Amino acid sequence: MASTDIEAPPADQQRRNRRADSSMRQRLARWDLKVSPYAYIAPFFILFALFGLFPIGYTAVISLMDWDTIRNSGEFIGMENFEFVLNDRKFWVSLRNTFFLLSSIPQLIVATFIAAMLDHHLKAKTFWRMGTLVPYVMMPVAVSLVFSQLFADEYGVFNEWLGYIGIEPIQWHKDVLASHWAIATMVNFRWTGYNALILLAAMQAIPRELYEASAIDGAGKLRRFFSITLPQIRPTAIFVIITATVGGLQIFDEPRMYDTTGDGGADQQWLTTTMYMYNTGWGELNFGRASAIAWLLFLIIVVFGLLNFFLTRRLISSDSSGGK
Amino acid sequence: MATRLRARTSVNLQRPGWFVYTSLVLVLIASLFPFYWSFLVGSGDASTVRDPNMSWLPGGNFLENAQTVIQNPAVNFWKALWNSIVVSTTVSTSTVVLSMLAGFAFAKLRFKGNGVLFVFVIATMAVPVQLGVVPLYILMADYGWTGTLGAVILPALVTAFGVFWMTQFLQQALPTELIEAARVDGCNMIRTFWHVGVPAARPAAAMLFMFTFVTSWNNFFWPFIILDQSNPTLPVALSMLQANYFVDYSLVLAGVLLATVPLLILFIFTGRQLVSGIMQGAVKG
Repeated sequence: MASTDIEAPPADQQRRNRRADSSMRQRLARWDLKVSPYAYIAPFFILFALFGLFPIGYTAVISLMDWDTIRNSGEFIGMENFEFVLNDRKFWVSLRNTFFLLSSIPQLIVATFIAAMLDHHLKAKTFWRMGTLVPYVMMPVAVSLVFSQLFADEYGVFNEWLGYIGIEPIQWHKDVLASHWAIATMVNFRWTGYNALILLAAMQAIPRELYEASAIDGAGKLRRFFSITLPQIRPTAIFVIITATVGGLQIFDEPRMYDTTGDGGADQQWLTTTMYMYNTGWGELNFGRASAIAWLLFLIIVVFGLLNFFLTRRLISSDSSGGK
Repeated sequence: MATRLRARTSVNLQRPGWFVYTSLVLVLIASLFPFYWSFLVGSGDASTVRDPNMSWLPGGNFLENAQTVIQNPAVNFWKALWNSIVVSTTVSTSTVVLSMLAGFAFAKLRFKGNGVLFVFVIATMAVPVQLGVVPLYILMADYGWTGTLGAVILPALVTAFGVFWMTQFLQQALPTELIEAARVDGCNMIRTFWHVGVPAARPAAAMLFMFTFVTSWNNFFWPFIILDQSNPTLPVALSMLQANYFVDYSLVLAGVLLATVPLLILFIFTGRQLVSGIMQGAVKG
């Protein structure tokens, strides 16, 4: 009470002063309100324009050129690079080698299982969650160096274990399917725990009343898992599959370090499209063809993305109509 | 009656039995096995990796092997470690700051083109790095930046994911009335951002920092293209290691551990935030 009495005269004075330069202040404030948002988003868009948009357009230009890496300039040659790449066996082999993407399905199953295990009142739950995430911090290059030895053809630990149950040593670095299996194992090692946490979050978002109601109706643990948990986490599971697919199409680190040469095997057993692009660009110094491969890879990713999108929409809409 | 029933059943539903704990222990063993096996081989000698009767207890050569790797001039270990720290710290800090700014604007400020520009940000997330790598290399070569850390840092200063993440978070975490109140009190926009936006964004900022740090630390493709062995980051140095020592895997795997341990230590202290970051991102995505 007392303080307002004391402050009253100066506030009055302030009001008079403020009226004097109010138009100036208001103009400044309006300007501030108008310009600030653009100033705040500007760094992102400037950086993206320089290091994202410009290179993308330039890649398209270079893909139509015979690029000379010494003179650092190119000669326009039309669609020749695309023609070459599309007629190159290695390109199609590299597409075939994205087969290992199918491993995202068993990965999803394991991740869902781990998530279901984590979705309990655990003692030290943070410990268990962090434990499943540990592989994620190991760099893919390191993962590949370790697993290429675990999967060694002659003396590898995995072949030794297989020997205990009477299976002949598998040629992990020669056989197409076996090498894909090995690379899929590396990818799954790093991402299964990560995806398990995403699925766990989806499981915890399921209203507990659903479980309680079905428990009262006499549904058992397994029944509840298949009839409530799985349908409820389906959108998240589809999201995980899409991310895994898009990431898998671009894979480089693991197959690159799977042997010392980086050629993807003597017969390109595990050559991926990104490796093919790297070897064309920085092995053969053919930037024109490398750019053509980059654009083809992008188109493939877009096609896969759209395919996934429509599949997803159909799955989700059939789900909701079935529910009602 | 109803509440008592609910309490009892929910306890029954969630109580973990031996099956749950056994499964989780198995998952933990599988997660740690490659680390432990690297240590086994890395603490042995050149013949360990080929030994069919390899012991499951570590040998005594780890420090010696680590020293050999560190002292090898072709691997350049200290420089690689320092470079990785510099790159990851710079990139994560700038990503967090720039994403907070843009996220604040997208989430809470009204301006022309807000919606369209945000959709554009989301669309850029789908663009793969491979698409820009050739011209970026030509550009860096033009300016004589090949082999420098700047060439690795500059293109990574901000990510569309970061902007998206911050926008999503601030939309929920920051009440618009708070901004209006700050404005009425006479704060200009940047002070409003500083006193209202930043405190609200802090939890998401910590997660984004960790996330970006790990991604940057592990990043291989672009650094492998633009850097050489005289000035590498850790993943690039590791790839050199394999080329140099492909006969002696006790050295290669000792190097693998040396490159992994710093992030592992960071993970022990901040992994909790990474876990909750991944889980929160999932609920929104």
